[in-house]
Formats: sequence, C-alpha cells, structure tokens
Amino acid sequence: MSTAAAAEQRLHSNALSSAWEFVKHHVLTVYALLAFIYLMLPIGIVIAFSFNDPKGRFNYVWSGFTLDNWKNWDGVPGLRSAMVLSLEIALIASLIATALGTLIALALVRYGFRGRGVTNFLIFLPLSTPEIVLGASLLTLFLNLTIVFGFWTILIAHVMFCISFAVVTVKARLIGFDRHLEEAAMDLGANEWATFRRVTLPLIAPALLAALLLCFAISIDDFVVTYFNAGPRTTFPLFVWGAARVGAPPQVNVIGTVIFSVAVIGMVANVLVQMRRERFAAAAD
Amino acid sequence: MGFLHRHRNLTPYLLLGPGLLYLALFFVVPLGFLAYQSLESGNFDVGYSFTWAWGNYWDAIKNYRGHFIRSLEYAGIATILALVFSYPLAYWIAFRGGRWKNLLLLFIVAPFFVTYLIRTLAWETILADQGPVVSVLRDVGILGHDGRLLATSTAVVAGITYNFFPFMALPLYVSLEQIDGRLIEAAQDLYASKWKAFLRITLPLSLPGVVAGTLLTFIPAAGDFINAQLLGAPKNHMIGNVIQSKFLELTDYPAAASMSFVLMAAILIMVALYARAVGTEKLTG
Repeated sequence: MSTAAAAEQRLHSNALSSAWEFVKHHVLTVYALLAFIYLMLPIGIVIAFSFNDPKGRFNYVWSGFTLDNWKNWDGVPGLRSAMVLSLEIALIASLIATALGTLIALALVRYGFRGRGVTNFLIFLPLSTPEIVLGASLLTLFLNLTIVFGFWTILIAHVMFCISFAVVTVKARLIGFDRHLEEAAMDLGANEWATFRRVTLPLIAPALLAALLLCFAISIDDFVVTYFNAGPRTTFPLFVWGAARVGAPPQVNVIGTVIFSVAVIGMVANVLVQMRRERFAAAAD
Repeated sequence: MGFLHRHRNLTPYLLLGPGLLYLALFFVVPLGFLAYQSLESGNFDVGYSFTWAWGNYWDAIKNYRGHFIRSLEYAGIATILALVFSYPLAYWIAFRGGRWKNLLLLFIVAPFFVTYLIRTLAWETILADQGPVVSVLRDVGILGHDGRLLATSTAVVAGITYNFFPFMALPLYVSLEQIDGRLIEAAQDLYASKWKAFLRITLPLSLPGVVAGTLLTFIPAAGDFINAQLLGAPKNHMIGNVIQSKFLELTDYPAAASMSFVLMAAILIMVALYARAVGTEKLTG
C-alpha cells in the first residue's frame, strides 16, 4: 500500500517535473502561444459580442446569445450607407493608387534617372508623417480653396495615403523580376507596348493584386484622415466613432467580424497556395 | 526603335509624372497651406489673416507642454513594450516556424483587419470595471477594491502597444529571418554559450529591424488620439486630441496648425536622438 502510494507520488512528481522540463525547453514556444492569445483576444471579443443580446444601449456586458444582430445587420440607421461609402471609396482609391504607384515603382526599379533620391524621399515621407498631420494639412488645403467636403475630398485623401504603400509593395516584387523574358519578347519582334501588355503585366499581376488588397484594407480601415476630410459624409469607421459615444450597437461587431473573416480567408488561401507551389517546386527539383 | 532611343531617358519621368504630381498636389502643397495657416491670426468669425504670427508656436508649446510630453512619453513606453513583447515572438517564428512561417505571420497581421476603432472598443470591454481583468487584479490586490483600468494612462499605453504591434513585429521578423543560421552555429562551435551567441550575433544582426520597427511604431503612436479618447480620461489626453478638437470642434485653425508642426518637430528630434544613439552603439559595439 505504502509502496504503491510512494510510487504514485513519484509518478506524480515525475509528471510535474517532466512538464516543467517541457516548459523549460519550450519557453519560447509557450511564450509565442501566449502572445498569439494576446493578439487574438480582442478579436474573440468582437466576434463573441456580435452574438450578444445587450440589455441596455451598451454592448459591453455579455447578456445572452442571439442571432438577431446578424439577421438585422443593417437594422441601425446609417450603417448601410456608411458601409456602401466605405466600399466605394476603398475600391476606387485602391485602383487609382495602385495604378499611380505601379508606374512609380517601374520607374524606380527599371531606370536610372536624376532625382531618384528626391523621389524616394517623397514616397517615404507620407509613410513617416503622423496621420493627424496628413489629415490636418489636407483639411487646410480644402478649407482655403473653399472646396466642398464630401465624397471627393475623402477619395483624394485616400488615394494620397495609399500611393506610397502601393509603390513599396510593387517595388519589392519587381526587384526579383527576370528581365530576360522581356528582352526575349523584344528580340522576337514585340514592340515596347506589346511586351508590356503580354509579358510584363502578367508577370507583375500578383504584385498588383497585393498592392490593391493592401490599399483596399488600409482605405476601409482609415479613421483619422477621413475624420478630418469627410465633411457631412460618414464612412464605416466614422460611423463606429459616432456610435461609440452613445454606445456602439452589436451590428458594428457584425460588420467588423465580416471584414475580418473576408480578409483572413483571403490571406490564408494565398498562403496555402504559396506553400503548395513551393512544395511542387521542391518536388520538381 | 529610333523613337525609343531618343526618348529612353524620358520614359522614367513619364512613369513618375502622374504619381509624383499627385503627391505634390495633395501632400506637399497641403503641408505648405498648413504652414501658412499656422502663422495666421484672427478667429473663425472675423476670419484669419497672415501676420507671421510666430506667437502661435510659442503659445502651443507654453499652453500644451504637458500634452506634448505625455504624447512622447506614452508613445515611447508603448514602443519599448511592443519591442520587448514582439521580439521573442518574431524570433520564434523566424527560427522555429519552419514551413509554417507565413501562416504564423498571419496570426500577427490578422487582428489588424478588424477596424482600428472596433479593436480599441474591444479593449474597452476587456478593461472595463465589470470585466475579468479588473476583477482579477482587484482580487490579487494589485488594484484597490475600487481601482480601475479604464480612464488611466495604463489603459492608453496598453491600447497603443496593441494597436501598433505589427508595425514592430513585422520588421523584426524580416531582419531575423534573413540571418544566416550558420553564423550562430559557428559561434556555438567556437564555444559561445547560446546566450552569448544571441547577444553577439543575432541581436546585432537584427538591429535594422529594431530600428525600423521602433520608428514605424513611435511616429504614428505619438500622433494618435483614438486610444486616449476611448480608453483614457481627459487627464490622459495626448496632443492629437488637442489638435483634433481645435481643428474640428473649436475651429481654432492657426493654433491647431502650429501644434501639428510642433508635433512633427518633436518627433523629428526624438528620431534624430534615437538614430544617433543607435549609430554610436553600432560603432562602439
């Protein structure tokens, strides 16, 4: 009996000490796990509270599960129009910014020219200026030129802060580009435009897509610059801001969850496709 | 081909033209307007006139010194916290992530596809007086029995740390991932302890990532006002809150414009001091 108890105790302490050994060997892994939990915690809250059935105006305390918020996602006045405006702006702004940014990136990677330093500086500067200064300076421009605030001022602002991100994204992908393919096309009699359309464009398409998606994500999330230049219009983040003062409705969490899910599914798909491609490439070797 | 040769050196400028013109019109020119406005005097009702009113700058510093110092302090602490928290995580992904690296990186980026404001509101829920964090901290006696987290500087700094986390973690990861593992093996073959190999090889080689991450976190953090607004009390307000309210609520444009430039100057000085410190460390180390 006593030997059994002692054995059990030894087993127990063995289990404990081996658990401790595991933790000691995997401190970093344990830490990383905790860090991921920390990063995901607020997202869990957002998703969970989209199913909450709040008793008062404030959606802060859990008070019961419901699907109503999802069924009546636009049951709050102003939410649908804010969402529509955000999507319109994000779509148009990301298209324009990616087009302008791609041209700049092509010039920077492909050509030697005077003024490269100034160009790089001009691209870098908006990225390293606090958003509040970007928003405020555009506001003073529009005020002094007595331009009416609304759709166009928001669009102008969004294209402005997206361009640098587009340049950086496309440039990074262009650097590893095999120029021999273009030379081959030219040798085979294609002119510069045909070469660009038939060879260059398909090859840099993934970079363009990445820039488009990044600009779209930044635009749809922007609050500060939009807040300064929206005038009477309301984008989704501005709607959240206004709603937060009087208690944000759970529908806000519904939209937040949808945007998050779309982005995550897109990114996971992208990563998985990449991993598969790498595996195939490795198998081919 | 003659056309091409004659115009070869013009092509880059044609590519740059539209994008740079856009940035000039809607980034550089507005900064000029902001500078002009910062030297005006008058008020919204009688109108503003340009009078070289340098006094605006003096008033900004004199009246809002506390806000400026608080902004730099909160941003600085949040930057250090983000660095300390994200370094082990970035290290773990870079050296232990294996072929899942890209998927793991997704966990860092994904939370940031929930709208900034919604994320911050989620922290409001987590740190609320009725929330789990406060009740645990009260039970173990870290907070008094009526102590709170919301409306304190702790909440604001925590919010900033979380919201700018990927700006720190991603550059860190990029620089750590590029390190040649053989260098670390070589150090260990030469009888350096793991810790010493880290200090003498890994850490110095990751310094570019540390510098980039620090700047990418500190600059936007210093201009932030959302965390202070949603998670703090008026006593925790940063200079961004003042600029925002002077522009959009009090219509005191010259004061707000001069504060924007003082903020930029303050950030530039901090960045210069930091660059100098890092630079000399590199030289002597």
